[in-house]
Amino acid sequence: MMLGFTRAQASALVAMIAIIIVAPAVLYPVFLMKVLCFGLFASAFNLLIGYVGLLSFGHAAYFGMGSYVAAWTAKNWHFSSELAILSGGATGGVLGLVVGWLAIRRQGIYFAMITLALSQMVYFFCLEASFTGGEDGIQQVPRSPLFGVIPMQNDMALYWVIAAVFLIGFLLIHRIIHSPFGQVLQAIRENEPRAISLGYRVDDYKLLAFVLSAALAGIAGGAKSQVFGIATLTDVHWSMSGEVILMTLIGGIGTIFGPVMGALLFGALETYLAQFGDWVTVTQGAIFVLCVLAFRRGIIGELGNRLKLAL
Amino acid sequence: MVMIFGKPLILLYGQLTLGLINGAFYALLSLGLAVIFGLLNVVNFAHGALFMLGAFVTWGLLTYLGIGYWPSLVLAPLVIGVLGAVMQRTLIRRLAGLDPLYGLLLTFGCALVIEGLMRNQFGSSGVPYAIPEALSGAVNLGFMVLPRYRAWVVIAAAVMCLAVWLVIERTRLGALLRAATENAPLVQAFGVNVPRMVTLTYAAGAALAAFGGVLAAPMNSVNPNMGTNLIIVVFAVVVIGGMGSILGSIITGFGLGIIEGLTKVYYPEGSATVIFVVMVIVLLLRPAGLFGKAA
Repeated sequence: MMLGFTRAQASALVAMIAIIIVAPAVLYPVFLMKVLCFGLFASAFNLLIGYVGLLSFGHAAYFGMGSYVAAWTAKNWHFSSELAILSGGATGGVLGLVVGWLAIRRQGIYFAMITLALSQMVYFFCLEASFTGGEDGIQQVPRSPLFGVIPMQNDMALYWVIAAVFLIGFLLIHRIIHSPFGQVLQAIRENEPRAISLGYRVDDYKLLAFVLSAALAGIAGGAKSQVFGIATLTDVHWSMSGEVILMTLIGGIGTIFGPVMGALLFGALETYLAQFGDWVTVTQGAIFVLCVLAFRRGIIGELGNRLKLAL
Repeated sequence: MVMIFGKPLILLYGQLTLGLINGAFYALLSLGLAVIFGLLNVVNFAHGALFMLGAFVTWGLLTYLGIGYWPSLVLAPLVIGVLGAVMQRTLIRRLAGLDPLYGLLLTFGCALVIEGLMRNQFGSSGVPYAIPEALSGAVNLGFMVLPRYRAWVVIAAAVMCLAVWLVIERTRLGALLRAATENAPLVQAFGVNVPRMVTLTYAAGAALAAFGGVLAAPMNSVNPNMGTNLIIVVFAVVVIGGMGSILGSIITGFGLGIIEGLTKVYYPEGSATVIFVVMVIVLLLRPAGLFGKAA
């Protein structure tokens, strides 16, 4: 029971770390870094949907704004890699504070619609604002040296940084879920009126969870802009909000490892289907329909259910 | 030139008409969303895609079968209504009793499939559809020149909204629908075929969206992306108005269209986001929505 991990989870964690270490020998590091960024993004999203029961349909806003701000600080203020990524996280957190504060006034389906509408507002802002570069996005973002000294030009050097960012974020999310705070979040998910009657200020808990989730999504977005050297409208578009839901749904909502697994599958799907143009959208839609109808636990959730383990 | 608050009156009238047109689409779509949500407890994300399909069916009827605009006003909603009934029977019905969030995700998936298929077929730029001859040209009202088609869209949508409202509030069918929205098992116990009613309601909502699509077809190009961008705004409209009241949806839809039109005149940069800003203000002042009941 180290850090709140059960033995099964600890084994899975060791396996995941081993895969992260070995994988670059087999697969392209850039592809793996994209998966790690998406994995962190989906894990952050899962913190809300899986453990508080809040469906945010606008997480692209924090991911995309994190990506923009990290790109901008790296390019114009010459922030080092870690500071650029952190500036993305701070942006996501602040934006999450504003959106969360508004959206938690309504429950369930309205919460989803409000977050979607507000993220569309962020999208329009990014389309019009001058600092985002409009349709072109922010291009040629430098890979700044880590801590201002260690060069990051090499893909493998950056890979270890992104892997570290991912792991820290992943462990933090796990820690949040298994803290007393996380237990209250799950109580709210299970029975909000009862949590209120027990004296918890559920709105404060929801808001903090929302801010944490948005900040981690911002970090994931910032990391992605460092990997690809570009920040564009794609990352703030509503379809990205849909994609993070899809990743989490495939992997397993409310499981620790599910979102990471979902991000891996999603990354592979996107890469291999890229040549088929809009069939990616069709496939995504079809997977959505299939998952919702027949596979609501997701891969890891189903696996855990078969093995009677919490993964 | 007559000016009002520093803007030419002509410009104001023009944008107000465009605002009314947008408002007409908001009203038609949010009305359908409200009716479907009331009975099925599903927020129909595919509503925008069905709207878009309505426009494409109109285009297809003309291009492949030579059937013009007027018959399409009936045929396209019928076709999409049947499609809606099939979707409800094969997919949405399976979610009965689950968290409504799953309904949102399922219909979102349907929207992606429909949109992706249409983009594959027609590309993102879309296809043109000419304004029917009887409605082309403009009338000079003295204070402004009003394109006939724009006037038609506003009137047709308003009449349709009113008709839906009358059916729901003033007929036996509507009374049953309202009763089933309150308590479906009880209505079923009285011998009403509620599952069939649910299917027909979804079909009617889909047909309403398609009717909007037919009206929209000659406005700009008929393109695969016309639905989803609209539906996100309509979600904001629904949050503002609340889904509890039919008349509320209609008033909110038209009202927000007018606000959007006014914003285009006085602060064009804000016209894309003004509805979201209104949503924020409403959330701050009246979290349950203008016509919603407190949770």
